[in-house]
Amino acid sequence: MTLPAARRSPLPDSSTAAGVHGDTHTGAHNPALLHHFAEPQQQRDAASLGMWVFLATEVMFFGGLFCAYLVYRRLYFGDFAAASKTINMGLGATNTAVLICSSLTVVLAVWAAQTARRTLLIVSLIITMLLGVVFLGIKGIEYAEKFEEHHVPGASFSFKNVPIPGHPGQFADPHHAQLFFSLYFVMTGLHALHMIIGLGIFLWLLTMAWKGRFTPEWHTPVEIGGLYWHFVDIIWIYLFPLLYLIDRHP
Amino acid sequence: MPTPTPQPERENYLNKHYGVWSWLLTTDHKRIALLYLISITFFFFIGGFFALLIRLELLTPAGDLVQADTYNKLFTMHGMVMVFFFLIPSIPAVLGNFLVPLMIGAKDLAFPRINLLSWYLYIIGGAMMLHCMLTGGVDTGWTFYAPFATNFTNTKIVEAALAIFVAGFSSILTGLNFVVTIHRMRAPGMTWSRLPLFIWAHYATSIIQLLGTPVIAVTIVLVAAERSLHLGIFDPKLGGDPLLFQHLFWFYSHPAVYIMILPAMGVVTEIIACFSRKRIFGYSFVAFSSIAIAVFGFLVWAHHMFVAGMSVYAALVFSLLSYAVAIPSAIKVFNWTATLYKGSIHYDAPMLYAFGFLGLFTIGGLTGLFLAALGIDVHVTDTYFVVAHFHYIMVGGAVMGYLGGMHFWWPKISGKLYPEGWARLAALIVFIGFNLTFFPQFLLGYMGMPRRYYDYSHMPEFQVLNVLSTAGATVLGVGYLLPMIYFLWSMRYGKPAPDNPWNAAGLEWKTASPPPTFNFDEEPVVTWEAYNYDELDAPHDDAPRSKEVPVAR
Repeated sequence: MTLPAARRSPLPDSSTAAGVHGDTHTGAHNPALLHHFAEPQQQRDAASLGMWVFLATEVMFFGGLFCAYLVYRRLYFGDFAAASKTINMGLGATNTAVLICSSLTVVLAVWAAQTARRTLLIVSLIITMLLGVVFLGIKGIEYAEKFEEHHVPGASFSFKNVPIPGHPGQFADPHHAQLFFSLYFVMTGLHALHMIIGLGIFLWLLTMAWKGRFTPEWHTPVEIGGLYWHFVDIIWIYLFPLLYLIDRHP
Repeated sequence: MPTPTPQPERENYLNKHYGVWSWLLTTDHKRIALLYLISITFFFFIGGFFALLIRLELLTPAGDLVQADTYNKLFTMHGMVMVFFFLIPSIPAVLGNFLVPLMIGAKDLAFPRINLLSWYLYIIGGAMMLHCMLTGGVDTGWTFYAPFATNFTNTKIVEAALAIFVAGFSSILTGLNFVVTIHRMRAPGMTWSRLPLFIWAHYATSIIQLLGTPVIAVTIVLVAAERSLHLGIFDPKLGGDPLLFQHLFWFYSHPAVYIMILPAMGVVTEIIACFSRKRIFGYSFVAFSSIAIAVFGFLVWAHHMFVAGMSVYAALVFSLLSYAVAIPSAIKVFNWTATLYKGSIHYDAPMLYAFGFLGLFTIGGLTGLFLAALGIDVHVTDTYFVVAHFHYIMVGGAVMGYLGGMHFWWPKISGKLYPEGWARLAALIVFIGFNLTFFPQFLLGYMGMPRRYYDYSHMPEFQVLNVLSTAGATVLGVGYLLPMIYFLWSMRYGKPAPDNPWNAAGLEWKTASPPPTFNFDEEPVVTWEAYNYDELDAPHDDAPRSKEVPVAR
């Protein structure tokens, strides 16, 4: 295994970098190789596997919520359909499109890092973040709508005389509708929290890219940050139909 | 008195840096292991103190020492502290942290800073739990079942739950570090089939930590939201389903038992091979039974809910699957026994703990089968039979394994030898004290004494067995204090340990005691199979052996 020639640091003496814990970007060897790894490939593999394993835990984290959702959706299908009708499908669909576009720009960013296109990398990261902010803004508008309609669970929750789709004359049980909105806010809220964390990660990636830290040999943070972003997108891809499209027919 | 050694002390991970910050900001897995050791010992004695008060209350049938509310808080905090702040981190975070990189020939875990982060998360969670205890505690039982915990109790359930949430992420990060380290950091020649079985056990444990803990985390989020906003997710009055809480809770909390016992099985495997001087019998069966336990462990959770109003068909399936877990567990016990067969057995203290583990785990496991049987389970649910059963697994199994491991690797960790005579005495006291404490509880439970009662004055015939149990708890307490005292004593006055005091196989014994900061002075290359005790004990082969051994000097 040949070591990459990524000697970007101005420091001439490579002996100073040995054994430095943590951030070794000032080191004179490969700026990112941590002391306990034998070679950059091993470090890349470890970081990548680490992110995949972390995403597995995230799947289980959201899995508990999906499980709760499925139980109650099965128990109270009509009430869930009625509640689902009151959330804004147009905005949800727009957000889905926004996130899919952001996934594209993430892929572009990774490709730009691999092929040393620094400007494209920076532009892709910025567009990704902008799309993330747009997503959160639209989500905020949706939350505000729900707040005004008294659909936020809690003391002021109100869901009176909302008909159950397909069952004329029947109205949804407010308690069961509140269950739907509880799950809606917990699931989309936790998803939004992940988006905010993702924006933080991308801000850090952007500063690193701005300083020119990423090279075709070492751009692991872009790759695993991108993995995280894709994962958060995929969660939304599941949330959208489950929450917005219950019992909707063309 | 320590005799001055002729040559100057070698530089190692303990004496390389001094000062508080060199510990609090360390990324060395060995130092983090010691940070964990100190923290979990602290919580062990807090949890033990609660246990002592519980046993004192039950000394007499009347509720005279504490009132009902206090008693509820005592057993709740005992459970929460012992499960989440002692047992789950015990072997993985202390021995695993110390040994996983050493055993596979790595310089450190894959993510040293995440490892330090996990300790800080543990400390933050622990501080929250302490604060919760000092300002009133929780009275729901460690299971904090809804809707009592979410709608009715007026104790600090949210704070306790959030403490567990934070500590849970510490556990997830430890598991993540282990999985990546075991996959990516093995020394040249350290193939999967040459890994010590301690590593296999920790790999299986990590899988459970990674896939189980997030589920309890999200359950805690739901409980906190429900309790603060009265959402009705688990409240039947509002259409919620309390059984859903139990399913989500046990989906983690049953596999959590395997987080406790699997590492102990790994420890016992190492000890039994070393002190019977034999290659482990059926290496791959022991290795894959760890994985099988991790997998099956995820499929049996509802056996905690047989009387909760579950469908009888579901109960049948979960009963069958619970029986299935006994198969890999039995494979391990039989393989250990077969390893002992015609072995050259040495009765050193670690081996005494391993023997204790074998017997107690077998009793705990077999009584687990009683509880997996639907009919018997209905009879003994919520009695002391259940209490005795899980203490045989968690204390008789996990804590025995932990103590055995602490003795086995203490020379490596501290560089000092512990006093062997005292250690054997302590092992004996722990074994006797444990059985005296918990065996009477099997009888009590079978005769019908319910758990969580502070007053049994309407059934005074149970007092004899309760007095025995309390007496045993006192003996057990002495047994647990002894190792702490002589370990501390040995750090100052103990004889310096040689690099390999047990003449044991395994890479961790081929470096110095205590190891240097980066574990090995030169990267080890593994050319031998695991547990090559036949080669180690072969006469007059010192020369070829030392040639292939990378020694840190």
